[in-house]
Amino acid sequence: MIATKTMWKNVRRSPYQAAAAILIMTLTFLAVSFFTFLVLGSSKIINYFESKPQVTAFFRNEAKQAEMDALKKEIESTGKVSSVKFLSKDQALEIYKDQNKDDPLLLDLVTADILPASLEISTYKIDDLSFSSDLLKKSPIVQEVIFQKDVVATLSSWTNAIRQVGISLIVILSLASIFIMMTIIGMKISQKKEDIEIMTLIGASRWHIRWPFIFEGIFYGVFGAIIGWTIATVGLIYASPFLSTFLKGVPLFPVPLIFYGELLALEIIFAITLGAVASYLAVLRYLK
Amino acid sequence: MIKLDSVSKKFPNGTYGLKNIDLGVEKGEFVFLVGPTGSGKTTVFKLLIRETLASEGTVVVNNWNLTKLPRDKIPHFRKSVGMIFQDLKLLFDRTVLENIALPLEISGINQKEARRKVEDALEKVNLLTHREKFPIQLSGGELQRVAIARALVLSPDIILADEATGNLDVATSWEITNLLLDINKQGTTVLMATHNMDIVKNIGKRVVELDKGSLTNDTKEKIKKQDLQSEEEKKTVDSRDSLKNKTELEKAEEPSKKKEEKKK
Repeated sequence: MIATKTMWKNVRRSPYQAAAAILIMTLTFLAVSFFTFLVLGSSKIINYFESKPQVTAFFRNEAKQAEMDALKKEIESTGKVSSVKFLSKDQALEIYKDQNKDDPLLLDLVTADILPASLEISTYKIDDLSFSSDLLKKSPIVQEVIFQKDVVATLSSWTNAIRQVGISLIVILSLASIFIMMTIIGMKISQKKEDIEIMTLIGASRWHIRWPFIFEGIFYGVFGAIIGWTIATVGLIYASPFLSTFLKGVPLFPVPLIFYGELLALEIIFAITLGAVASYLAVLRYLK
Repeated sequence: MIKLDSVSKKFPNGTYGLKNIDLGVEKGEFVFLVGPTGSGKTTVFKLLIRETLASEGTVVVNNWNLTKLPRDKIPHFRKSVGMIFQDLKLLFDRTVLENIALPLEISGINQKEARRKVEDALEKVNLLTHREKFPIQLSGGELQRVAIARALVLSPDIILADEATGNLDVATSWEITNLLLDINKQGTTVLMATHNMDIVKNIGKRVVELDKGSLTNDTKEKIKKQDLQSEEEKKTVDSRDSLKNKTELEKAEEPSKKKEEKKK
């Protein structure tokens, strides 16, 4: 109680230093929030593409139903596929009709006979796509194999790059926050050197003097985290309608409120750790 | 209460602040520590609050052996001693009340109790009306009284006053000394360093004199003898008074006795 009172007094008495500390923390947590949205969002997009039929195998016209069923079972038994769907010639025609319902010329030209039956396969992991593809290509009843490996691979490499850039930026900003906070709290300790000496001489313990500075670091961290999170969240909510139009079909929006709450809770825990570490280092360095 | 046993303090440059000092102060005593500037008075105080360590010898204060006191126990020890510093060491951004409450705040005493203790201390030093003022708004004597109140607020057994009357006019110096004497009368041991020889001579308390780090004079025995003498004198006066009273009583009773004899 006394330590928090003293901490609050320290914050109020040097508002510019407090503003600098809060600003760097805000910047760090804005980056944390932004990259969390970006990484989790792109992961969801990849998941979406992964759950779509990624490999499509078209059967030859002479392929018999029993052979096609056998191949379907063989693919399922590998344990690497999340779904295998058989599309007969008639079903293929239905899909074709649906996709080209506005073009009667195209509809007239195509019959079920010229459309091949197919298998649509999804895998749990992107890496298993090649395996499934190779297996299908070996089959004599398969005419052609098409899969979206390239799309997913590109997305995956982008996500990895974003993740790496995000992590690097967060690490750099966290280190910058720690150093700036250390300097600010160190300055405050130097300003209060005489007070600290007096308090020590009349019986204040080491921790009695340390706690207000450590609370101060935690306060800057938490305050910065709340501001950073608020800016990022408001930004995302504002951009949601545009993003959902752009990412049509990807079930990303609306972002559930619980997600924002969880992110804030995690950021506050991170902020407390960051603030406490920075101020403790300052206390160790300047309060001997 | 305070015991310095063959204590020496050698500074890093090789000079001695104190040389082989033996000093004992008993519970309830009032002792003046005198000597010229640089004689080692402040070093004695620094040793007594464990601000510095003796190079040789043992320092015991209030049953705490400061020579062997671990670092983490120093705050506990310091709370048991009231220190009035030469430069007062008041916090200028805090009010009189907040300055006096500081030792209570450090000791974790609850606000209600702290408020009561601060009021008591303010009353003792006659500063009740100045409680909300900042040190900058007070006179030298008032500042000194704030420092005394802060030293008193935890009701310590010992008060150590390093030059408590330094830089004060004669009247204020007497006022501060009388305040410390009143505190001493209530049972608190007081060790007071001063340059003011007028006060020292007029009060007639024990005087310990330091010069160039050595103890050159201690009036302990003289004071003891004086005390004994005055006690004997008092006894003699008492017995004389009782004898006188007895004689007067007998004289008063004599006529009635004679009357009784005549009747017989």
